[in-house]
Amino acid sequence: MTLPLPQGAIDCDVHPSVPSTKALLPYFDEYWREAIIGRGIDRLNLDITSYPPGAPLSGRADWRPKQGNPGSDIELMRRQALDAFGSRFAILNCLHAAQIFHSEDMGAAFCRAINDWLAKEWLEREPRFRASIVVPTQSPELAVEEIERRAGDHRFVQVLMLAGDEMPLGRRHYWPIYRAAERHGLPIGIHAGSLYRHAPTPGGWPSYYLEDYVSYAGGFESTLLSLVAEGVFVKFPRLKVVFIESGFTWLPACLWRFEKTWRGVRSEIPWVDRPPAQIVRDHIRFTLQPIDEPPHPGQLELVLEQMGSDKLLLFSTDYPHWQFDGDAVLPRPLSGALARKILIDNPLDTYPRLAETVATGGKERVQ
Amino acid sequence: MTTEVLERKPSEKETRLQIIDCDIHPTMGSLSDLNPWLSQRWQQHIVTYGEFVRQGLSKTLSHPRMQPAVSRADAWPPNGGLPGSHLPFMQEQHLDANGVEYGVLQPLRPNGNSQRNLEFGAALSSALNEWQLAVWTGKDKRLKGSISVTQEWPEAAVKEIERHAGNADFIQVALPPRSSEPLGRRRYWPIYRAAVEHGLPIGLHVSGVNGHTSTASGSPSFYIEEHHHNVQSMQGLVTSFVLEGVFEEFPALKIVLIEGGFGWVPALSWRLDKHWAKMRDEVPHVKRPPSEYIREHVWYTTQPIEEPENPEHLIDLIDWIGWDRLLFSTDYPHWDFDDPHTVFKVKLTEAQKQQLFRGNAQKLYGLK
Repeated sequence: MTLPLPQGAIDCDVHPSVPSTKALLPYFDEYWREAIIGRGIDRLNLDITSYPPGAPLSGRADWRPKQGNPGSDIELMRRQALDAFGSRFAILNCLHAAQIFHSEDMGAAFCRAINDWLAKEWLEREPRFRASIVVPTQSPELAVEEIERRAGDHRFVQVLMLAGDEMPLGRRHYWPIYRAAERHGLPIGIHAGSLYRHAPTPGGWPSYYLEDYVSYAGGFESTLLSLVAEGVFVKFPRLKVVFIESGFTWLPACLWRFEKTWRGVRSEIPWVDRPPAQIVRDHIRFTLQPIDEPPHPGQLELVLEQMGSDKLLLFSTDYPHWQFDGDAVLPRPLSGALARKILIDNPLDTYPRLAETVATGGKERVQ
Repeated sequence: MTTEVLERKPSEKETRLQIIDCDIHPTMGSLSDLNPWLSQRWQQHIVTYGEFVRQGLSKTLSHPRMQPAVSRADAWPPNGGLPGSHLPFMQEQHLDANGVEYGVLQPLRPNGNSQRNLEFGAALSSALNEWQLAVWTGKDKRLKGSISVTQEWPEAAVKEIERHAGNADFIQVALPPRSSEPLGRRRYWPIYRAAVEHGLPIGLHVSGVNGHTSTASGSPSFYIEEHHHNVQSMQGLVTSFVLEGVFEEFPALKIVLIEGGFGWVPALSWRLDKHWAKMRDEVPHVKRPPSEYIREHVWYTTQPIEEPENPEHLIDLIDWIGWDRLLFSTDYPHWDFDDPHTVFKVKLTEAQKQQLFRGNAQKLYGLK
């Protein structure tokens, strides 16, 4: 079911792909350029396990370039992700091996290179693009350095992490990242996927990619619990977190269970002094795709009602990932006033830097 | 946290409700209670080495619970034993008082299914089964046992199933959701073959120490999180059973998810169907939409009951899952016990009550 989209949508999840490590070489310092060439790292295939480039999900058939990985062609993305949906902005979330290397230093070097590559090759070539700052979560200290280095450029509107990290993301280990993000008005975007430091399910390692991908929703549920239980939003009351490519139809049941258990054992986490569902609705947002919608009429409406707020969803195409066919990005129940909220109002409420750009007529600060 | 005990007398009408309680925990004082059914070697092994599992503490979990013995404050028997350890008190406080027609035992300790020493684990499982017969089902015919097996050693597990399969005091095979590998994988199929041959459902009560963290990002800090991840364990195993093709291979297999909730079932089914439709070429042995297998092969116990913010949404939820899939359970004597008289905050029809409290379990387990 296709609906005409209001003009000016803000697409909160599109994926540019680094075509090869060679393309990043100009953005490394001399030490790292020499190390990468000398060690043959530029000749390694750095495909991440979370998104095999050939998998149907990783690239919609009509969104795949003739050459290279899905998301590697800026012209194609401009036409297919921006023009086709009439989007005013699209936020580039670059998924890359940078956060997966065990070396903190190598992770930081790759993150610096990717962010500079994004600025030069994407943001400067297309004014509708915005980007998330890729940070080396291996070391919160180095991650903060990277945030500080890029935060002056207001075309970077968010900090990007993966849902499956070394530790649950609410742990104090990560708080320096949240402190820096809050200070600069940058939401923390948490994207589906994993470093695979741990098995993706409590029962161990599944056999199939499909199984892993389905399990990412459970990973987000864990992340939600961790952020709330550890008191991240008590410590950083202005922080917003965006769950990206998380699905959202699981949210109501997750909140019911969390509230119920919290009523029983809240003395364990006394700093959580109001119902978890309220905290979630105040601080966590969810990108639209994939919808993982129910099959029968009326069910999605009920799930939306159970989510308990019309502020939670942020428009996304998840381009070039295959989550829907044609232009059917917005199913029928998400129409009218709710559509406008999802496409425009909610993203502007979530991303202060986009709101600032809109308020100043498109003149955001660069440095 | 409140530790007061609320007095609430059920009305006369309510006490007439007959129930089948699919989750009751019998407890033992110490491992030496199993000595009558352990060889000299294993009795000595317990004294010398004890339990040996994939975690830092050998006798308890590293997320300490919020209540002594994880139990209701009023469930400690007057004889000074642990909650769930004394049959007469269990009869008085729960079986008689709550009109329990049948009660399904879910013994959790010792966990023969999680021992690193497989021979020791198998010996513990066998002894636990004999203990269920001698101490519980042999003394109260309302109680039914679950066959404990060492799933990481499928040959021993199959032998244990065959040893008890003809005994009507056992009504299911018990497996821990957190086994070494996702439970749909082929290494476990001999257990499912045996269960199907003997007409026994697989009961999966939250448990298992497998060395994997409960989240993809490692171990959470708090019990409130770890407890919640029983849901992710159940989601993972349902996904694994379906996508490995277990239900294609064993069309008669029935699995019961015990104490893992059920609110998550619709959203998982929708997500599985959606992404299976795109990537079914990876799992060609899965012939139909995953939700169909789930609808046909999976049952859920009710405790801890789901509590939607709008209580009426519980009805929608059960409509989506199927009224014939839910089995009432109390989790006696644990702290989050569901009282049959107060558990449902919405009005159920008589037919719905009959199904949930009794009929579904009677049919699934073949109870007369």
